[in-house]
Amino acid sequence: MSVRIMAAGRSALLLEVDSDAEVASLHQELISRQADGRLPGAVEIVPAARTVLLDGLARPELVAAQFEGWRPQTSAPPEGPVVTVPTRYDGEDLAEVAALWGVSAAEAVRIHTGAEYRVAFCGFAPGFAYLTGLPERYAVPRRATPRTQVPAGSVALAGGYTGVYPGASPGGWQLLGRTSLPVWDLGRDPAALLQPGTRVRFVEQP
Amino acid sequence: MRAVEVVRPGPLTTVQDGGRVGVAALGVPRAGALDPGALRLVNRLVGNAPDAAVLEATLGGVALRALEPVLVAVLGAPAPVLVDGRAVAWGAPVRVPTGAVLAVGAPTSGLRCYLSVAGGFAVPPVLGSRSTDLLAGLGPAPLAAGQLLPVGPPTGPPCWIDPLPLPAPPRELLLRLDLGPRADWFGPGALRTLDSGRWTVSPASNRVGLRLTGPLLERLPDRGELPSEGMVLGAVQVPPDGLPVVFLADHPTTGGYPVLGVVPAGDLASAAQAAPGTPVRFTRSMR
Repeated sequence: MSVRIMAAGRSALLLEVDSDAEVASLHQELISRQADGRLPGAVEIVPAARTVLLDGLARPELVAAQFEGWRPQTSAPPEGPVVTVPTRYDGEDLAEVAALWGVSAAEAVRIHTGAEYRVAFCGFAPGFAYLTGLPERYAVPRRATPRTQVPAGSVALAGGYTGVYPGASPGGWQLLGRTSLPVWDLGRDPAALLQPGTRVRFVEQP
Repeated sequence: MRAVEVVRPGPLTTVQDGGRVGVAALGVPRAGALDPGALRLVNRLVGNAPDAAVLEATLGGVALRALEPVLVAVLGAPAPVLVDGRAVAWGAPVRVPTGAVLAVGAPTSGLRCYLSVAGGFAVPPVLGSRSTDLLAGLGPAPLAAGQLLPVGPPTGPPCWIDPLPLPAPPRELLLRLDLGPRADWFGPGALRTLDSGRWTVSPASNRVGLRLTGPLLERLPDRGELPSEGMVLGAVQVPPDGLPVVFLADHPTTGGYPVLGVVPAGDLASAAQAAPGTPVRFTRSMR
């Protein structure tokens, strides 16, 4: 499928494709065209589940024309730095997630640490990354009642995504465990450890 | 370090500048002054760069004590401006001597007053901006009594003009709307409602969004759930309850409710100054 192009007001375009892999391809293409100066004015390039938003464009219609008939290329191997997230798998929902998967808790940890992840996009809170990579059959629902407080560093699942809570906040994701790795630190540059395109592995920390 | 002391913070006063740029992909909202025209002009009056940090005082009410002589100006929503209890000009540079208290009263119309000081409010920048972001909790906390606010060195000559005329209070908010990106999630009935409906500004409005009460904009029934997607300033998001929300500066960077249309940036300052109860209409733009 080629990309669908929608206007979002007078200086933004929303580009839509069909899968996580196609979003990754489109996002890489946009970053590379921005670096080449082909997206004049673009101040924000915001990937999401099936779309990438380009905001601040001087002439959105000219950028739209660039992408007419463009097709995502999904066979390219993933690029980008790899971040390892040491995780203590003692989350309150680990048993429930294991039950949903029909496996033991130990096997659930093996499944989660066995996948290779990629930051598809950030949202919900600064530095909160939505990671794809867990096979689709392991998707789990959000909790029926969100928790009022989820501790910082919680490694959690919702839908097909894995997330790491950058700070303590309310949250409805299923908690697998916690990491002490600071994924969001305003005293560091960059503040966000997990940026769109970053590859991620989880390793069990006893 | 030059500083002023907060005597009274008012109902909600925050530091705002031009906002955070280029970090939406990290989930960081833009923040920044809701009335960018007032930001630029109030800075110009005291000789600052256009996007220097000012105070945005929702419903006015802020009072500051000068710890050394400072030059200030107040714009945005028209409000009484007093130095040690004596009325001074709104919309013009005002000298405040050491020890004197500058007070902004309640706006006579509009919602948000902007107070600049020559040199700008020099709180530490976070991700390139000094703005308070009330959604993500970035930047300085809202002002509190007794707090000292650092002030930078003056950067340019003030603009000694006659006081600006007071704007007339808006009777009605008329917002242009460019349809999309998700107008196809709504049927002809919703578009008729959009064209003919009358909403009012809800008291639940804040820096995140202008919330409206009034007729419901119903989505087509067979559309299911929209995966989260990037949101722009001015997006009119329609949650399942059918009541539109116009996104303002502290809006979330992504959202999962369809955006029927986008209000052009030029109309958002008046949206930010519309008090609860103000009537609202949309007009589909013909471009």
